[in-house]
Amino acid sequence: MGKVLLEMRQIDKVFPGVRALSKVDFTLREGEIHSLMGENGAGKSTLVKVLTGVYPRDGGTVTMEGKEIFPRTPKEAQECGISTVYQEVNLCANLTVAENIFIGREPRKYGFIDWKTINHRAAELLHTLNVDIDVTKTLDHYSVAIQQMIAIARSIDVSAKILILDEPTSSLDEEETQRLFKIVRKLKDQGMGIIFISHFLEQIYDLCDRITILRNGELVGAYDVATLPKLDLIAKMVGKDVSAVRDMEVAAEKSQPSDEVFLSAEHIGATGQIFDVDLKIHKGEVLGFAGLLGSGRTETAELLFGVHPISQGEIKINGKKLDLKDPMTAMEQKIAFCPEDRKVAGIIGDLSVRENIILAMQAKDGILKHIPYKEQVKIADDCIKLLSIKVSSREQLIKNLSGGNQQKVIIARWLATQPELLILDEPTRGIDVGTKTEIQKMAVALAKKRGMSVIFISSEMDEMVRTCTKLIVMRDRRKVAELENDEISSENVMKAIAGGAA
Amino acid sequence: MKHYLNQLVASQYFSFVVTVLLFVILYAAGIMTYKGFMRPQVFLNLFIDNAALIIVTVGITFTLLIGGIDLSVGAVLALCCMVLAYLLEFTTVPVGLAILIILLMGIGFGALQGYIITKFDLQPFIITLAGMFFCRGLTAVISRDTISITNPFYVELASTRIQLGVGFISVGAVIALLTLLIAAIVLGYTKFGRTVFAIGGNESSASLMGLPVFRTKVMVYTISGFCSALAGVAYSLIMLTGYNLHGLGMEMDAIASSVIGGTLLTGGVGFIPGTLFGVLIQGVILTFITFQGTLSAWWTKIVVGALLCVFIVMQAFITEHKSKLSSKSSMESASK
Repeated sequence: MGKVLLEMRQIDKVFPGVRALSKVDFTLREGEIHSLMGENGAGKSTLVKVLTGVYPRDGGTVTMEGKEIFPRTPKEAQECGISTVYQEVNLCANLTVAENIFIGREPRKYGFIDWKTINHRAAELLHTLNVDIDVTKTLDHYSVAIQQMIAIARSIDVSAKILILDEPTSSLDEEETQRLFKIVRKLKDQGMGIIFISHFLEQIYDLCDRITILRNGELVGAYDVATLPKLDLIAKMVGKDVSAVRDMEVAAEKSQPSDEVFLSAEHIGATGQIFDVDLKIHKGEVLGFAGLLGSGRTETAELLFGVHPISQGEIKINGKKLDLKDPMTAMEQKIAFCPEDRKVAGIIGDLSVRENIILAMQAKDGILKHIPYKEQVKIADDCIKLLSIKVSSREQLIKNLSGGNQQKVIIARWLATQPELLILDEPTRGIDVGTKTEIQKMAVALAKKRGMSVIFISSEMDEMVRTCTKLIVMRDRRKVAELENDEISSENVMKAIAGGAA
Repeated sequence: MKHYLNQLVASQYFSFVVTVLLFVILYAAGIMTYKGFMRPQVFLNLFIDNAALIIVTVGITFTLLIGGIDLSVGAVLALCCMVLAYLLEFTTVPVGLAILIILLMGIGFGALQGYIITKFDLQPFIITLAGMFFCRGLTAVISRDTISITNPFYVELASTRIQLGVGFISVGAVIALLTLLIAAIVLGYTKFGRTVFAIGGNESSASLMGLPVFRTKVMVYTISGFCSALAGVAYSLIMLTGYNLHGLGMEMDAIASSVIGGTLLTGGVGFIPGTLFGVLIQGVILTFITFQGTLSAWWTKIVVGALLCVFIVMQAFITEHKSKLSSKSSMESASK
């Protein structure tokens, strides 16, 4: 085992109202690839940001090679030898490859930048990473994968001792990923300490030596990859004991799907996003997409809504083959989609509840068709009653509502279009427990009473188990299992995510 | 052949090549239409007449490169002409000191605008618009009427002809050419210059790469202010007056020249020799109209307007073409 390179002890970080990190320990050794794991909001990125000087730490010590360090900006962290390569490459697309590697540290001759040396050294440096490209071309000539390698080259040249790779593979394909891994292993052999963050379990097991698991800002533990079965890893991440996973309220009031198929998708995929998904959704069915974040749940839903075109397979609705080229086409087929991030993609804060509800109908009918005010009022009032949205009046601005009620308004917006398939992507994230239950019940009720098909996407397994009549389990952008009826349980989902490793 | 063409379009100098080509075509057309166009002095006059515009364009190009803008340049120029005329006519300040004073004014004013924009992260459009009104107003406060410069040394300086064998150029033109040269070197070969490009490409990346973003942005507006003042000197050498309406709308001419010369308004792409040709194209069109004799000078504006439109569309086309090329190259690298 290499010598200890970085030691973080008892790190605390508090944001107003939230304890993001509480007494977290983290140790990185020379020549080690160390993964930080945890669900979203577990504190992975906060820990990285504390380490790279983006946030100051509120408590604890960070020592590097025995000396305590206090990086206050990314630049100071770099000077300490800590470099980060982010998912969205932080380089300048308008500059040449060589310049991107050397800017800020350009070699000079007679006080002027020595372009010859820069280009020469950049080519050499990239050659050591097995990347042989024309370094005098601007960065935007190259793919994200190559850009990432260029970012790594820059980090190495800053003489980094620690390299942090934050979700580096999320936009790379299989081959590009392998190429990246080769480079990372090479750097590891040179004695560099590497922190690797990824949602892809397979990749972690393929590449990493150790795993530190965080949950809710607290340290769960650090383990050798070789001695930690995948199922245990997932259990630790979600905070459940594998053997103790029991499902309390199974299928108590679930809907009964009819035999009629509303939508079927055969082998659909989109380049770089989804590989191969098969699914059938019946009328009156609540279908769940389970899987870790980044497993392709949202992307699959987006394919069904025509956000991205499919590059393979076919989609049939009511038995007819269709080309869902954009969301408008999907809406015409009576499909509705409540997106994951309601702040960004959903609500329009400065419009009233009524106007927000009418929005999707208006979009569907075209902007030229006026919906009479009376009708708008009726629709809005119906929705407010149906979903028991707590508002002072239908003209209240939506930005003044609580998160749960905003979510309900968005669901109402889509219900107003009277869809036959309603896709709810993380409808319960960030809202209180009471409203969560209400939304779950509503999903079931819509399927049961109106015969609507519902696709329910959530990271909370209990919720999925309670609500769905069928579960599609996804991993690494593939469908890995389909669970029905009695098979639906947290344990089975975890097993499927882990790839039957238990 | 197609590959070669693709490379040319994707190259960062494509816009420049098109601009130069356009200039050559216009000039050739001039020669074929009017005999007088043949005289070398006609070409040199382009530099003499447009000295101030060239200098202003260089300054504004710096701000455009970081994705900003400076609308105050024309007004700063007018203010500088006015102060210079006032100092030379109504005080005993020597010429050298008067010029130094207005240059410092330009630097100070530019730095102030830059500091406000950067410190409070404000829209450069609004801040420099405010600066434009401020300077224009201040100019009128100093004098509503034209102040003529009669200082013998300054008049002498204005009429100095620097012989080049085939013709002559003015002191203003020399200043303009020096400004161009220095700007090209600064942008191409200094850390500061490259940081300007990096900020224009992606400001947050630039700061994550540890580049001095704040300092550089303030410097850029300072340079623009300095260039406006320097252009004021060049302008007054031609006009020999201080007047409230000097350089009216010059900021727009400068932006147009810079864009025609290949600068992207989104920042990060631009080429100093290109800006020169941007100005020269406007100059050639004006010369055409002068030779023709009956057309209104406003035709220059019409032609420039049309050109600007063409160039913006061309830039959009290049950007699109480039992104297509890069997605193609990523596929190629994936299939390796």
